[in-house]
Amino acid sequence: MDLVTTFFNWPIFVRSLPLLLDGLWRTIALGFLSIVLGLAGGLMLALGRMYGPRFLKAVIIAYVDVFRALPVLVWLVIVYYALPFVGISLSPFASAAFALTTVSSAYTAEIYRAGIDAIPRGQFEAAQAIGLSAFDLMRDVVLPQAIRIVIPPLTNNSINVMKDTALASVVAMPDLLKQATQAQALAANPTPLIGAAFLYLLLLLPLVRLVAIFEKRLGRSGRR
Amino acid sequence: MTTVTSPSPIISMRGVTKRFGEFSALKSIDLDVAPGEVVVLLGPSGSGKSTLIRCINLLETYDEGDVVVDGIRVEEGRNLRQVREEVGMVFQAFNLFPNLTVRDNVALGPVRVRGLSWQAAREKAQALLARVGIGEQAEKYPIQLSGGQQQRVGIARALAMEPRILLFDEPTSALDPEMVGEVLDVIRTLAGTGTTMLLVTHEMGFARKVADRIVFMEAGEIKEIASPDRFFTEPSSERARAFLDAVLNH
Ligand SMILES: Nc1ncnc2c1ncn2[C@@H]1O[C@H](COP(=O)(O)OP(=O)(O)O)[C@@H](O)[C@H]1O
Ligand SMILES: [Mg+2]
Repeated sequence: MDLVTTFFNWPIFVRSLPLLLDGLWRTIALGFLSIVLGLAGGLMLALGRMYGPRFLKAVIIAYVDVFRALPVLVWLVIVYYALPFVGISLSPFASAAFALTTVSSAYTAEIYRAGIDAIPRGQFEAAQAIGLSAFDLMRDVVLPQAIRIVIPPLTNNSINVMKDTALASVVAMPDLLKQATQAQALAANPTPLIGAAFLYLLLLLPLVRLVAIFEKRLGRSGRR
Repeated sequence: MTTVTSPSPIISMRGVTKRFGEFSALKSIDLDVAPGEVVVLLGPSGSGKSTLIRCINLLETYDEGDVVVDGIRVEEGRNLRQVREEVGMVFQAFNLFPNLTVRDNVALGPVRVRGLSWQAAREKAQALLARVGIGEQAEKYPIQLSGGQQQRVGIARALAMEPRILLFDEPTSALDPEMVGEVLDVIRTLAGTGTTMLLVTHEMGFARKVADRIVFMEAGEIKEIASPDRFFTEPSSERARAFLDAVLNH
């Protein structure tokens, strides 16, 4: 067998494609959901950490530290295999979404915090001086400025979350990687794995490019 | 309106003390300001002028004493918003919102705090911008304006809330010399319109012209309160004399 028929076997690829696409959609759904929930959760955590009562701050700091230190795979396995022992039994998809969201929130919280920290004190003071409420201050003044700063690192984090969805195959979720290994076993040929790799690249390369463009643009306006 | 004995001051500070760690930035400040009065704060750098005026709208919290604005004690809580609605502030560094157009910088407060519609607030903003001489800049973003223009936006933004009190913290110190005049002109037109003003400035000529009273500070204390004529011709404290020597003779 030569290289092409081993790794790039077209008939096998075509035959496995429905399975791969089925996995791809589940990967996208899982990634998208975890990214969106992680973006929202992180903002809550960041605001709680910056402006909440002392007790809440301490809890959030501990949360963020723990989830940045804990390997995602370990956390996912705990959610799926250990939580049933205390009566919490989640489907593979829900387990994966929960694990990815909780971890992603810890990272996005730090990104938001850095973004809000980067807004000059004078902006807060000017907003307070005209009597804006804390909510309006955030909505109209601080967050619109912080968002420009946090978009590149948030996009980066989203890429990581999307990549981490592949871990869900460990808890038997039929995501892209799981379906590819399935197809590989079926065909006794690694072509579906190569196909899956291509699909991951197809999904994520544009995002990676986007981050590079963001960073270039931000660097340029920063130099102004 | 140079009287210190006005029956009901609009700003009243009693024994106001502010510490940063061990350091006392304000040491038991007593000061009354009558409605409509223009008070200029003078004093060397670090004497506590900014800290004092920032206690009036609680951008700085104070450790002891009372600040009362129009009968309301200035403190965290429900009343703070009411105080801030009545007290406008103009900053040395302008602190305009870079994400909003000039017009919306001015309109934001009236919309969010006074409950005006965006349309009504923008019309009002437009009128205020015209009043400070930059009506044609309304659609631009702050960064596209000169320093003098930006500070006039800062003044219009404060005015949009129709405050009874205006605080100015070195409003021209960040400006190129050729732009100082245009901003001082705007401030001068506001003095004597009934708005109470507290102004920190290093523009001595302007201070003398516009002030009803001069408050001279040093090392966190008020060393002298006098009419401008008296302060600039025969200051009673040695400190004030030394300060005037330093700023006027160089
Ligand atoms: N946030 C702060 N932390 C520590 N020290 C401060 C702070 N703000 C002001 N100070 C100190 O308080 C003193 C008075 O400051 P300030 O009111 O800004 O003086 P002025 O406006 O008269 O120049 C200065 O010695 C300054 O260093
Ligand atoms: Mg100052």
